[in-house]
Order: sequence, then structure tokens, then C-alpha cells
Amino acid sequence: MTETRLRIGFIPLCDAAALLVAVDKGFAAAEGLDIELIREVSWSNVRDKLNIGLFDAAHLLAPVAIASSLGLGHIKVPIVAPFGLGVNGNAITVSPGLWAELAKAADGSILDPMVTARALATIVATRKRRGEEPLTFGMTFPFSTHNYQLRFWMAAAGVDADDVRLVVLPPPYMVESLTSRQVDAFCVGAPWNSVAVDLGVGRILHFSSEILAHAAEKVLALRARWAEENPDTVVKLVRALDRSAAFIEDPANRGEVAALLAAPHRVGVAAEVIERTLEGRLKIAPDGSVRADARYLLIGHNGAARPDPVQAAWLYAQMVRWGQAPLSEELVSAAKGVFRPDLFDAALQSNGPNATALADGIGAFAGPAFNAEDITGHLNFWAMKQR
Amino acid sequence: MDASLNIVIVDENPVRAAILEEGLREAGYVNVVRIEGTAKLLARIYAIDPDVILIDLENPSRDVLEQMFQVSRIVKRPVAMFVDQADSASIQASVDAGVSAYIVDGLKKERIKSILDLCISRFNAFSRLQSELEQTKSALEERKVIDRAKGILMKAKNLSEEQAYALLRKTAMNENRKIAEVAQSVVTAAELFK
Repeated sequence: MTETRLRIGFIPLCDAAALLVAVDKGFAAAEGLDIELIREVSWSNVRDKLNIGLFDAAHLLAPVAIASSLGLGHIKVPIVAPFGLGVNGNAITVSPGLWAELAKAADGSILDPMVTARALATIVATRKRRGEEPLTFGMTFPFSTHNYQLRFWMAAAGVDADDVRLVVLPPPYMVESLTSRQVDAFCVGAPWNSVAVDLGVGRILHFSSEILAHAAEKVLALRARWAEENPDTVVKLVRALDRSAAFIEDPANRGEVAALLAAPHRVGVAAEVIERTLEGRLKIAPDGSVRADARYLLIGHNGAARPDPVQAAWLYAQMVRWGQAPLSEELVSAAKGVFRPDLFDAALQSNGPNATALADGIGAFAGPAFNAEDITGHLNFWAMKQR
Repeated sequence: MDASLNIVIVDENPVRAAILEEGLREAGYVNVVRIEGTAKLLARIYAIDPDVILIDLENPSRDVLEQMFQVSRIVKRPVAMFVDQADSASIQASVDAGVSAYIVDGLKKERIKSILDLCISRFNAFSRLQSELEQTKSALEERKVIDRAKGILMKAKNLSEEQAYALLRKTAMNENRKIAEVAQSVVTAAELFK
């Protein structure tokens, strides 16, 4: 069998697991793919190197794949995603000081995102009245689920994104920025929330899965033209990733997967932290209390691998909601067209979606069910709430 | 050329940043500021209000700069990437060289073409310099190992320096290895027999 050589970029995060394990456990080689993995330091680098052809494929933020296809914030390069690398997996971590304020202002259980959002609204209003500095929240990229999850959560209780500061921080700098009080909170993926908790500088307030039950986080991104020109390679890639995801989701392999990902040239953090992440059992406070959620990070299972255009529509709706994109029917379909369940189905001879057990495919903690055919309705509902 | 353009360099490597700054100054640009560290990066950049920002691709803070594309209260002037759709050649050249350029919206790209070219050539020169330095370093290391191996052979087999070197070279040729590798084996073996 002739080997196909591929260069694939990734960011060292737990949700790159399906890609990394596909290479390290030989699932890619079994498909005749000789993959060179390139560890990158910024999403901008991953996007640019994919766009100009230095990478054949990439582990990419789902919203960046859409933004790139629509020409938002950067040059327009149509991208397709035939495989979902990860769903959910982020968390909101707050400083001990802000946690105490939230606990004090909370009218109900602090586990309830609506209760914490309302508590945040109270704190933000008080600060504004007193003329104090607005709270600062760190997130990883303008076009990121982290950005949208934070905004969706706080806006549900009427906190305007302009009443707080939302700043982009590279994930490795998050913990340091929380320690030095440059930020009061952040939303980031694994393992950085756990690192902050272990160092005693932060408390996990919510898993992103408590805000949205199912949010496409990272995808395998390909240039649309490349995917068209290399259909056989796309099939092989999807098959290798699917076998890798199945291997990862078997609890019996968790130790081995964590050890592979812990290697310095892969994710490069303690295997034990990665294992907790894959299990969805995170230490949420310095006192050692633990919160578990089977939906914390989905790799492969619960329909996480099959790209869902409803997810793309939801992400596009957030781009419109927060002023990053204009609203048009054309752009809605272009956004949906980035997520390619047809390529997934063709590669795996699958017969369409296996149910995510969520009526609208999103499962937001607040607001009406999401209807991908009615983005205007979604935007109108939230515009009313914001007023 | 537009000498008055405000140029910011964000590069964690102080040597490379200095080389780039020097190049820009030589080319006649007078307002060049180097920024180090990551604390309050955006605030510091906004305070300078640059026309052009140059950042190395090894810098995770590149994502922080992407925020400048966003419309928001804290952003005074939106920033756009220099390279547009038609410019895939220059984006390729700059990514290959390891640098990315951002300019404020509305600035004509002809005005900064020379800056980008200079940036690319300085970055390339820097990586050439770096690999030459690496080569010199490893050549020096090899020299040292060969000298030690020669000394060991001279003493153990009562050879002259020329004879010791000839023996190393002959063995290397026979085994199809580098002289430095054979020398390293001799040194390691001698350590074991100590």
C-alpha cells in the first residue's frame, strides 16, 4: 500500500486526543496515512497554515472553521469539517474572591447557571454604580465556543458584554493571569481549569456542558478544495479518527490514552489530570470537592464525532448576536455547509445521526429551543431579553 | 516610504527583535517600539496606537492580537491583516519566515510593502544565523570529542597524534560512520574501562 504523507497541525489540548491517538496508536498508519503532527502555539497560526496549504488538515476551533469559510476577521478560505474531534470540554473558572462574591449574591444553588448569572448581574451592577473597574473575563479566541459560552451564560441574566471586559488570552497564560489578578475569571478547555484549581488560585464555577449540553468544540478542518481533490484521503482520515475515538471512549484504555497524551510533544501535562478530564470528574475547588458530568468532554460518543449542521447554525447565530457577522440566508447556509455529515457517513457507511437525546441538538440552560431554520427568532428572543 | 509610520514589534526573542528594529531604523522608520512580556499586551499596544504590528509566529500572544479585528468599545481603530485575498504569495513568504504583520484598517498596502519585505528578510537572516550558530557549536563539540579520542588512543596504543587520527578515520570509513561518532564510541568505551 502506498503511504499518503500528511502534515496536520494541533494545539496541545485534551480534545486533540482523537487525532493524537490515531497517530500514536497506529490507526492512521493502518489506513496508509503517514501523518506528521505539528504542535502549534496559537489558533491564528493553525488557521493561517491550514489556509495557505502548509497543513493538509488541522485540529481547529469549530467557530474558526466557520469564520474562515465566511471570510470573517481574516481572509476567506472555505473549510470543511468531516469529523468532530470534541464536543464540550470547557469550564468557567473564577478567582476565589469572585467566587465568594457570587456565593454571597446567589439566590439559590450556586450549581445552577441561572442563579450564578443573576448573581453576576448583581455584582456587575454594584461595581458600575460604585464606579469600580469592570470584571475581566479571559477566553481563548474571538471566534471560539469559550467566547460564546461566557456571553450566553451572562447575557441570560441580562449582563451586557460591554459591562464586563472579555479579553483573549492564550490558554497557557490563563492561570498566571488569574493569579496576578489581570483577570477575575476565564473560560478555557482542559487541562487549564484543573491546573488553576490544583494551584489553589481558582474555583470551577461551571462546566460548559451545564450551559450548553452539546456544543461543537473542535473539528478536523480541511480546505474545501483539498477535500474535493483528495476524496480517498478524506475517507481514510475519517476512518482512522473514528477508530481512534472508539479506542479513547473505552474506559479500559483510559490510562493508556492519558499516558500517550501526557508526552511532552503531545499535550504535555500530567497523565492524572488528563485521565480526570476524559472521565469527566474534575476537582472544582482547592478543598478537593469534585464535580462529575458524563457530558463534560465528549470524544466520539453521544454523536460527538458526526458533524451536525445545527451546531454550525447555532455558532453562526452567536457570531451575528455579538456583532461579528451580518445576518443573511446565504451566510447561514454557508456556515451549515462547513459541517459535513455526508463525508462522515460516506467514510463510515453510517446511516445518519445517532440521537444526541437532545430535542434541539443544543440543550441550552436558558431560552427557547434552538431552531436552525429560524435564527432570526433566536436573535429576537435574546435581543428582547437584553433590553 | 513613510518614515512617520508607528511600528510595534512583538517578539519574545530579544535578539531577533533588536535585529528587526535596527533594520527598520536603517530603512528610515523612526517610530519603532519593541514590546516585551505579555502583561496587558493589548492595552500597551492601544496606548502606542500603531499603524503596523509585527509579531513572530512562535508567540502565543498572536491570538491576543486577533481581538483587534473585533468591533468593541476598547478598540479604537480596527486592525486588519496586511495580506488580502490576492496576496497569498506574501502571506506564504511571511509565514515561512515566521512572522505575521497586522496593519490598521485603511492603510494602503503599498505603504507597508517595504516594511514587510524587510521583516521577512531579517527573520530569514536571523534563522540562518541561528542555524549557523548551531552548526558551529556542534562542530566545536565534535572537535573536542575527536581530540579526546585521539588522546586516549595515543596513550593506550602508544601512537602519534597523526597515527591516532588516521586510525579513527580508517575505522569510520570501514564502518561507514562519521569520525565524530567513532570518536564518541572510543570516549564512551574508555569511560567504561576506567
